[in-house]
Amino acid sequence: MEETGNTIAAASTDAATSIKTSTVKPNPWKTLLLNGLWHNNPATVQLLGLCPLLAVSNSAINGLGLGIATAVTVLLSNVFVSATKSYLLPEIRIPVYVIIISGIVTLVGLLMNAYAHDIYLRLGIFIPLIITNCAILARAESFASRNPVIDSAIDGLATGAGFAAVLIVLGAVRELIGHGTVMADLHLLLGTDPIPPLINLGENFKGLLVAILPPGAFVLFGLLLALKNLCSSDQR
Amino acid sequence: MHSNKRFIESNKHGVVLACFAVVVATALAFTQHLTKDRIHTNQVVRIQNSLAEVLPDDRYDLPLDKQKIELPDSTSNKNRTIYVISKNTVPVAVIISAVAENGYSGSIEMLVGILADDTVSGVRITKHAETPGLGDAIEAQKSDWIKSFDGKSLAAPTESRWTVKKQNGDFDQFTGATITPRAVIHEVKNTLIFYQSVRQQFYQ
Repeated sequence: MEETGNTIAAASTDAATSIKTSTVKPNPWKTLLLNGLWHNNPATVQLLGLCPLLAVSNSAINGLGLGIATAVTVLLSNVFVSATKSYLLPEIRIPVYVIIISGIVTLVGLLMNAYAHDIYLRLGIFIPLIITNCAILARAESFASRNPVIDSAIDGLATGAGFAAVLIVLGAVRELIGHGTVMADLHLLLGTDPIPPLINLGENFKGLLVAILPPGAFVLFGLLLALKNLCSSDQR
Repeated sequence: MHSNKRFIESNKHGVVLACFAVVVATALAFTQHLTKDRIHTNQVVRIQNSLAEVLPDDRYDLPLDKQKIELPDSTSNKNRTIYVISKNTVPVAVIISAVAENGYSGSIEMLVGILADDTVSGVRITKHAETPGLGDAIEAQKSDWIKSFDGKSLAAPTESRWTVKKQNGDFDQFTGATITPRAVIHEVKNTLIFYQSVRQQFYQ
């Protein structure tokens, strides 16, 4: 138990922020989850994968779609890398990560094309571009390649959920300011009949268009980071 | 001796890398096989839905993707896809694919339906990257603008009026977006001109 805690602590030193790794860690899995979702969030703390994050988060449903795809990819990649880590010779480990991650992303792309065709078309190039999300490679190298399969799975899940959460929150805020709705077109993901948005400010809502455009993505993401840092500094 | 050892070592790397590649490729081939039919169905349904939107429903009687032909457009040197729509085996309309290259951000893909009397039955945008909230009013879900082509032909309005009102044309521009509607209008006109050059191939 003590040993697992130590490796986890060692692995998380890649993070920009230093986390208080106290010796008393009752539940390492809980620590892993909290790290991925909050303390070491790939988007708001490590600032990785910002290109798809800013480009796709113009609506909550787009954020949710890419968030799920990315989370599944990082989960599968962590499990696969961890399960085969004894074959990962140091000289070839990076090419192996690339093969594994690009294979998983292609697989996720095929499944989305078959079972969530509309959202697949909407996300377009950003599905294959998940391969280039550094957050996934970072988890494979710094965590999955030196930890047991179950821990790696939880770490992957936490990292993916953390990234997806930021995508959804940013998407929802941008959609609300720009279009006056939240979670419009949810049926594209579920493949059901049209579902009304969670929030709808009505047809006459004149949105602030800049929120949906790239400059709005930067400004609102900056505000989100400030809010996150404010909350984190309160905890210290 | 030393170089021999290095040779064996690098061979081992190659074998391990190849093993990973084979495992991943097998998984992909398997998934591709499983999803292939469903993906094809999705694409056909999508095309049929867009085609059905530019034509009144009761005008065709054959599976649409069976009546697809490709013809070169001499003005742009690109091939256009044409769907010939028949009723009781008599051709009644054609749907022509069109791409406006000069959109505000990238090209705008659309389908133009033309009836046997040379009037437009409908235009629908199938793919674009125009500014959300401004240029995307070309989508049928966002505004009725795209329906202003219905019933138009090269004879009415006359060729010089196939542009936005700002330039003495017959079609509305959008507030804050002139480039997008103008690109669509010009491409519909080009499609009609192309149609005139090939129409005798469909109707005897």
